[in-house]
Amino acid sequence: MSFDALVEAIIDGVLTGGVYALMAAGLSLIFGVMDIINIAQGAMVILGAYLSYVLSVHLGIDLFLGLLITVPAMFGLGVLLEWGFMRRLREADRTSMSILITYAFAIIIEGVLTLLFGTDYDELNAPYINSSVHILNFYLPDIYLFGFLMAVVLLGGLYVMFFRTKFGRGLRASLQNRTAADLIGVNVNRTRMLAVGIGVGVTGAGGMVYGATTAFNPDSGYDLISRLLAIVILGGMGSIGGAMASAVLLLIAADIVAVAWEPTWSILVFFAAILLVLSFRPQGLFGARAVRAQ
Amino acid sequence: MRMRRVASTAVVLLTAGLIAASGGTASGSASPITIGISLSLSGDFSADGQAYKQGYELWASDQNKKGGLLGHPIKLQILSDASSATQVVTNYNTLIGSDKDQLVFGPFSSLLTTPASSVVARYGYAFVEGAGGAPSVFANGLKNVFDVSVPVATNLEAFADYVASLPKSERPKTAAYPTVDDPFTQPQLPPAEKIMAAAGVKTVYSKTIPEEEVDYTATANAVAALKPDVVVLGATDVPTVSAFVHAFIQQHFDPKLFIATAGPDQGAAFIKAVGAGNENGLMVPNGWYGGSPKADSQAMVKEYVAKYGGTASEVNADIAEAYSVGQVVTQAVQATHGFDNAKIIAYLHSGVTLNSVQGPVKFDSVGENTALKATTFQWQAGVLNPVIPVGSPGTKKPTFPKPPWSS
Repeated sequence: MSFDALVEAIIDGVLTGGVYALMAAGLSLIFGVMDIINIAQGAMVILGAYLSYVLSVHLGIDLFLGLLITVPAMFGLGVLLEWGFMRRLREADRTSMSILITYAFAIIIEGVLTLLFGTDYDELNAPYINSSVHILNFYLPDIYLFGFLMAVVLLGGLYVMFFRTKFGRGLRASLQNRTAADLIGVNVNRTRMLAVGIGVGVTGAGGMVYGATTAFNPDSGYDLISRLLAIVILGGMGSIGGAMASAVLLLIAADIVAVAWEPTWSILVFFAAILLVLSFRPQGLFGARAVRAQ
Repeated sequence: MRMRRVASTAVVLLTAGLIAASGGTASGSASPITIGISLSLSGDFSADGQAYKQGYELWASDQNKKGGLLGHPIKLQILSDASSATQVVTNYNTLIGSDKDQLVFGPFSSLLTTPASSVVARYGYAFVEGAGGAPSVFANGLKNVFDVSVPVATNLEAFADYVASLPKSERPKTAAYPTVDDPFTQPQLPPAEKIMAAAGVKTVYSKTIPEEEVDYTATANAVAALKPDVVVLGATDVPTVSAFVHAFIQQHFDPKLFIATAGPDQGAAFIKAVGAGNENGLMVPNGWYGGSPKADSQAMVKEYVAKYGGTASEVNADIAEAYSVGQVVTQAVQATHGFDNAKIIAYLHSGVTLNSVQGPVKFDSVGENTALKATTFQWQAGVLNPVIPVGSPGTKKPTFPKPPWSS
């Protein structure tokens, strides 16, 4: 592998890592706050892509501008799901039951999207999707640059909200100990509801960038979920910064394997990460223990 | 008296048995004939699965207008396998073992046809299909599998021959062969690579992409960095080709020739994914196209467009493959005067040449269609035209080198 190819693989890994971080952050947040493993995360990414598609194709709204509509819409969906279903799961078996209930969400989302859009592939279009900037010897696709910048801004914003605001303190308190948080006056139900809403809202933004870089159909979410889980497990459930760092790390590793060795082995990086982290550091690189210590 | 009653009972039972064995044709009644099919209505192959469903339904509708099969109205029983190799096995067990469907048609993709064919063979049913052309489908030596489409291993040979036939001064010098890990794509590339290498076209990239890949950026950029004159992409679907097209545009890389094993044949869905204009110059091997001059093909296309909209160019080749399955089974049922699967299998192995919207169908000993040859198609000004073999009836001149990307 030439030096240029190595640098190219690292650049690709960093830029696509940003897109994956956006898609995984919601999954991490929802688990961190509610101990819910959201199997529907991939389906929600695709739902976000279709919302952007509708705004772009039928109303002519720019993809990034359209996020002003899709992110609140996805936030509303998250709030509704938490209020309607997640909250009603018993604390004792919440995690295991959440797999079943979120799998049902995934099937419902896929079914509704199939009814509305059929099974043909769609892709988001905008002038900046095929354009790129030439820096040194490399072409950097504009859509990935914009997506990466948006990931930094959105995830940075979430980080500030968690660690510099009263809501964030309440959120972290309810994450550590629900009863204690209740006792000190935190409205745990409301906090959790908003957190799930935020998680699903951010997923909507990730869905837009995914749809702008990959052709998708209602079923495409299933291909994503294993990678997103690997990112969240490596980064640490509940850690937004961890999701960003692990997404970039895993994508760089996968891209180097694909370029230097064989693309067919690149998927192994994700599964190896799950295996190693669960064996040796179950809380992940920036897992819940570290988050709670901050 | 008792003997006579036993004898008359035996006659009644024997007659009933004979009627049942003949598939009910002796009854003269219009009881429906049920054909069981497992299709990928969701999952990775859902776009193709849905197109196959349309193709099968179009054939059933046409055939019912002609009186069905031997006077029996056709009823399709379609179960979804969600693109799962496990579910497809369950489905054919259900369709034949539990539901006792009289005939079955094949699913979509070689990946699902291979496990399904073993199950269907256990029941002694004929398994006529249109999307299981990979060598792995025929490797088990089953006698009940019949693929009406072009054997996939030869798909790219005409294209490779065309590249090799170009004058040395114009002939591409380098080629890249990325392929998805799939039994449909992988057998196609080595024969093409061998022909082109013998003509002096140097291989600069030959690697396999996992079937479940969703992010092709690194692989596509690695290919673009090598700037090969020809890209031969082993793809099973639109997203794979679309990802490479977008990455090539972003990397300002324009190969002289770009052919994909599947994807560009998906009509409107393909154009939508790559962006209008970017499809021009892209090639795909296939056994059929919407503009085929065959009369039955034109009638099918006309009917399809009337029912589902679009233009002839936008009609998915899957439709014709599925329709051809129905046509071949119709001819076998008519020739054997019934629905006896053993007789149908024997008839299809008899060396007879049958007709389909894709062209002639003649099966060899393992069930591959030896009568149909692949044509290479190229998108030219928004129309998918047959271009190779050059000079064949109905073909247009290939655009070489391919036009630049439009965006």
